[in-house]
Amino acid sequence: MIYAILRRFGQMLFVMFGISVIVFLIFFATPGADPAARIAGRNASSEVLAAVRHSFGFDQPLYVQYTRMMEKIFVTGDLTSFVNRGWKVVPAVMDSIPVTLSLVFGAAVLWVMVSIIIGIVAAATRDSWLDKLLMALGLLGISMPVYWLGEVMNLITQSRYHDSWAFSWVPPLGYKNFSDDPKGWFLTLVIPWITLAILYIGIYGRVLRAAIIESMQEDYIRTARAKGLSEARILFRHALRTSLIAFVTLFGLDFGALVGGSALLTEVVFGLHGIGKLTYDALQNLDLPMIMATVMYASMFVVIANAVVDFIYILLDPRLRAS
Amino acid sequence: MILSVRDLRVSFRTHDGPVRAIDGVSFDLGESEILGVVGESGSGKTVSLLAVMGLITDPNATIEGSIRYKGRELVGLPPRELRRLRGNEIAMIFQDPMTALTPVYMIGWQIAEQIRAHRGVSKSKAMERVEQLLAEVNFPNPHEAMSRYPHQLSGGMRQRAVIAMALSCDPALLVADEPTTALDVTVQAGILDLVRKLRAKHKSAVVFITHDMGVVSELADRVMVMYAGRVVERGTRTELFSDPRHPYTRALLGSIPPLTGQKPRRLPAIPGSPPSLLRLPQGCAFGPRCPVHYEPCEASKPGLGSGAHAAACFRVAQA
Ligand SMILES: Nc1ncnc2c1ncn2[C@@H]1O[C@H](COP(=O)(O)OP(=O)(O)O)[C@@H](O)[C@H]1O
Ligand code: SF4
Ligand SMILES: [Mg+2]
Repeated sequence: MIYAILRRFGQMLFVMFGISVIVFLIFFATPGADPAARIAGRNASSEVLAAVRHSFGFDQPLYVQYTRMMEKIFVTGDLTSFVNRGWKVVPAVMDSIPVTLSLVFGAAVLWVMVSIIIGIVAAATRDSWLDKLLMALGLLGISMPVYWLGEVMNLITQSRYHDSWAFSWVPPLGYKNFSDDPKGWFLTLVIPWITLAILYIGIYGRVLRAAIIESMQEDYIRTARAKGLSEARILFRHALRTSLIAFVTLFGLDFGALVGGSALLTEVVFGLHGIGKLTYDALQNLDLPMIMATVMYASMFVVIANAVVDFIYILLDPRLRAS
Repeated sequence: MILSVRDLRVSFRTHDGPVRAIDGVSFDLGESEILGVVGESGSGKTVSLLAVMGLITDPNATIEGSIRYKGRELVGLPPRELRRLRGNEIAMIFQDPMTALTPVYMIGWQIAEQIRAHRGVSKSKAMERVEQLLAEVNFPNPHEAMSRYPHQLSGGMRQRAVIAMALSCDPALLVADEPTTALDVTVQAGILDLVRKLRAKHKSAVVFITHDMGVVSELADRVMVMYAGRVVERGTRTELFSDPRHPYTRALLGSIPPLTGQKPRRLPAIPGSPPSLLRLPQGCAFGPRCPVHYEPCEASKPGLGSGAHAAACFRVAQA
């Protein structure tokens, strides 16, 4: 088991290295384009161009350029945005990481808990009115665009009903540091958490229900009944336990993608300056160093999330431990 | 009498219409007796014993008739009461050991789970018992086997674990549904030996379902032959093998016309296939495949009669 985990860790490093090379090549070694000109931005003076060329090593072989780039991102952290007039890229990414992590982590806790309850209740009351109601609500959650839902949430909690007893606690939009103001951190994030979680509650609740119902058809459930176990024990210890494997797969993919920037819409609606927002702005300005840094960051989170999922797999499914 | 089943009927509502899977099955089982239930696939062996176990969970199923266990009626018993019997007094072994165990738990845990569901014993006491049981079903290293996951055991070993689990609460009645069908022939013999040995030790009554006449001839005290949801012949093993009466039984024994001397033990292929339960003939269900059918067979279904050795066939009744 230790060996399996170490091997997975090695694989993870290898994949990250591969991604960094590919991203680097796409951005800086595309034939016919001058990366220095792109980094320096539109209408750059020739001195700036020359400075960029020298600092990134564009007058040297590719592998030197690659090492310089990685050095700037990971070691010295002095990668600079020229479009944004000397803005340091790495600190900007570092500042936005806690915002995105807070948003996605909280939403994930919420959606995992609620969808597990919904999945279990719906599967246990299969085909009843309660099951149908829960599944219809789930579908509704899935079909509401997050941007629209966020705007509606804001309309209700920030303006229309802000003065009513129900929403007067909601602070203005924006992010508060957990270390400075834990209560403010929590309160500002409650509405974004709910908004982001609703879509996933819909998806995960339906997926878990289907997985439990499928497990309930398995032979080992019949064995469990023949053993004289209670229906509750059969559901929780046998059907749910084996259904969580599908659930975890899905979770790893979604969590990785969200942390890597796909929470963009939620971040924008709620004025949270997270990784998604940062990437989006960088793309708008064609801010190449910033894009490079955020892409590296995003891919790393996807890779880490996948590795974590694999570890959880190994814990959940003994069949994967052997090889 | 441990078990007494009278006029059991099980039907399923399906998209294509009602399916009467079990149509008036009656049988008795004495203490520590082995009843062999034989018939081709689809003849209703599994469904009739699942009904006894109260394990037909299909909401489209209707169960009628009477199933008495030690004099107590099981049909219509509240689920809680039934659950107290299941795994405790009545245990079942299923056909495919590959899928019968939950893949994510250790063997020892799964057996202990059953013991603890019925006996108020501590975890460590339950585990001690598990080790004993695994030794009893001939695990070479019972202690180590307890911490194995199902996928780490061979089919034969898994079936031994399933048998150990079934015996864990000393059931008075053990139902074995084709426990060797999914296994290698070499492994089969070992499992049959084990069932015989354990029956002698635990004094459980056994219902042994199989489609293999060879297995029946080795194991059963009495035999019940099923076809299309009905019992077509019943009798002691000796009666059935030395004097098979129903044409289907004879076909199963490969003894048409009856021969003297050595009889083949394996199930030969019978020409034709069992009828669809959706379109059963008006008369004898075996009619279309019966080499000796005649007019009366078309009009109505032959009854089994009440004798100890009885066959549901007009030819037999006439003889
Ligand atoms: N849940 C069900 N719904 C509809 N038909 C069923 C169901 N379960 C079993 N049957 C039918 O009942 C018949 C008897 O099946 P079974 O008892 O499994 O046969 P055997 O064990 O003798 O091979 C089969 O024709 C099967 O298709
Ligand atoms: S009743 Fe008729 S058709 Fe049926 S088994 Fe007997 S002889 Fe054959
Ligand atoms: Mg069967």
